[in-house]
Amino acid sequence: MLPEMTEINLQPFDVEKVRSDFPVLAQHVYGKPLVYLDNAATSQKPQVVIDALADYYTTYNANIHRGVHFLSQKASQAFDDVRVKVKEFIVASSEREIVFVRGTTEAINLIASSWGRVNLAAGDIVLVTTMEHHSNIVPWQMICAERGAEVVPIPMDDCGVLDMQAFGTLLTDRVKFVSVVHTSNSLGTINPVKQIIEQAHARNIPVLVDAAQTVAHQAVDVQELDCDFLVFSGHKMLAPTGVGVLYGKEKHLEAMPPYQGGGEMISSVSFSGTTYNEIPFKFEAGTPNIADVISLGVAIDYLNAMDRKAAAAWELTLMKLTSEKLSALEHVRLIGTAKEKSAVVSFIVDGVNAMDLGMFLDTLGIAVRTGHHCTEPVMHRLGIPGTVRASFMFYNTAAEVDRLVEGVKKGIQLLRA
Amino acid sequence: MIAWWKELKKEFNYYVHNVKDIATLEKEIIEDFSLFDDWTEKYQYIIELGQKLKPLDDQYKTDDRKIKGCQSSVWLHAYSNDGRIYFDADSDSTFVKGEIALLINVLSGQKPEDIVAAELAFIDAIGLRQHVAVTRANGLAAMIKQMKLYALGLQSQAV
Repeated sequence: MLPEMTEINLQPFDVEKVRSDFPVLAQHVYGKPLVYLDNAATSQKPQVVIDALADYYTTYNANIHRGVHFLSQKASQAFDDVRVKVKEFIVASSEREIVFVRGTTEAINLIASSWGRVNLAAGDIVLVTTMEHHSNIVPWQMICAERGAEVVPIPMDDCGVLDMQAFGTLLTDRVKFVSVVHTSNSLGTINPVKQIIEQAHARNIPVLVDAAQTVAHQAVDVQELDCDFLVFSGHKMLAPTGVGVLYGKEKHLEAMPPYQGGGEMISSVSFSGTTYNEIPFKFEAGTPNIADVISLGVAIDYLNAMDRKAAAAWELTLMKLTSEKLSALEHVRLIGTAKEKSAVVSFIVDGVNAMDLGMFLDTLGIAVRTGHHCTEPVMHRLGIPGTVRASFMFYNTAAEVDRLVEGVKKGIQLLRA
Repeated sequence: MIAWWKELKKEFNYYVHNVKDIATLEKEIIEDFSLFDDWTEKYQYIIELGQKLKPLDDQYKTDDRKIKGCQSSVWLHAYSNDGRIYFDADSDSTFVKGEIALLINVLSGQKPEDIVAAELAFIDAIGLRQHVAVTRANGLAAMIKQMKLYALGLQSQAV
């Protein structure tokens, strides 16, 4: 079944110009031009981001917030500026609500561990969805096991759409926290997080939104969403690996105990007692990832400078083209056909092992992901071992869609023989 | 591509028993793969081998014959006869079946002590290890380990 489709128009978007900003895309693999369709795993980086990394280490590498010297002040300024940029990027009300972390996974572990330790008790429930990435399941299972609480998934239907009626039923007095993915990495489903937040808030239940697959593709406004926490990774939005963001409402961050102890997170230390620094520094123990945070700021600048609506429309065009062309092939079944969908196309081919097909596409220079995509419960729910997933970024082209479709066609011929 | 007589020879090795020693069989595989120009051709050849692998009887597709450490499902059945060890295997992945076919071609019908001692340098020589993702390389290693364990376990019965 196809996702509900409007007419496919090739939107006016200068892909070739954008592509030239991403040096990795220009290469050949196995003698064939690279087709990079694994953007949900990690995005490629524009030259300005790569340059920012090199520039930091080449010209002003220094530890921040402690030095009195020139380099330290320059680095501190660049680092602090990014907190403001992130605040504006997700429309938070204060930079005190922005905590730098290693990525989405660390952010969720921080919240599960810190918030959960204080607020979860025996018999309590943390609601997630069936389509969570393992990183939004396992941290909750760990803290729940410790506290005698339970992780319960909100079910989804065969198309990968969340069952909102079931959500209403599951929202009992036992539920103390709701942690949901905004955009599913394996299905592409965009969940109605605003509605989830409203319903949960009606019962005073805080909500975390995993926006790892969202921030590169659409604008996010945490005040409009009214989410309590929102987390994402830099590397999926053109920034380097090893940096991510935890947004938390001030009232929550103030009330939560620190996650890790060390330098920077303290106000004063003595053996008779230590007082903690104010937020967000309370959650940033040790020397932060200065270089990558600064480069995250450059990635945000890059996204802000482009016509994000046109970019998003282009990505959806590619997704719809791919969905239409793949579903026209015999033996191909699309997995994840929600109406509200991001630029992810997951599919299986009857009689063909997903990994075999992924490896075949690789021999043609086409990079896709195969397997369960760290969402095993999705695969259990749909009764399949895994999928082949093509995930798009605005720098992908319609010609690349054709290369993929041709590759799948050839792969089916070879592998179904 | 491979000459017809090579195909015949493979089928002979495969269905009867190995009359050649492991080193000779490895050398033959390396020669076969030297005919290919790139990874695409090697991949397609491995797929071909997988498609030709004799299917494993369903009664042997049991959990205790399933190899742990593989991303795909792989079943390995071993038995001994006349002091030699024989392997049959299956997988839901054709590529993995092709890898197994290579291993079976070399190891099935050999003496247990030779199987245990085999270094299987051909895997690196044909570029297989560098082209399979780490998870799959681990799966390949797990298959080899299991074949050697069977050989060790069946050694007493085989003598």
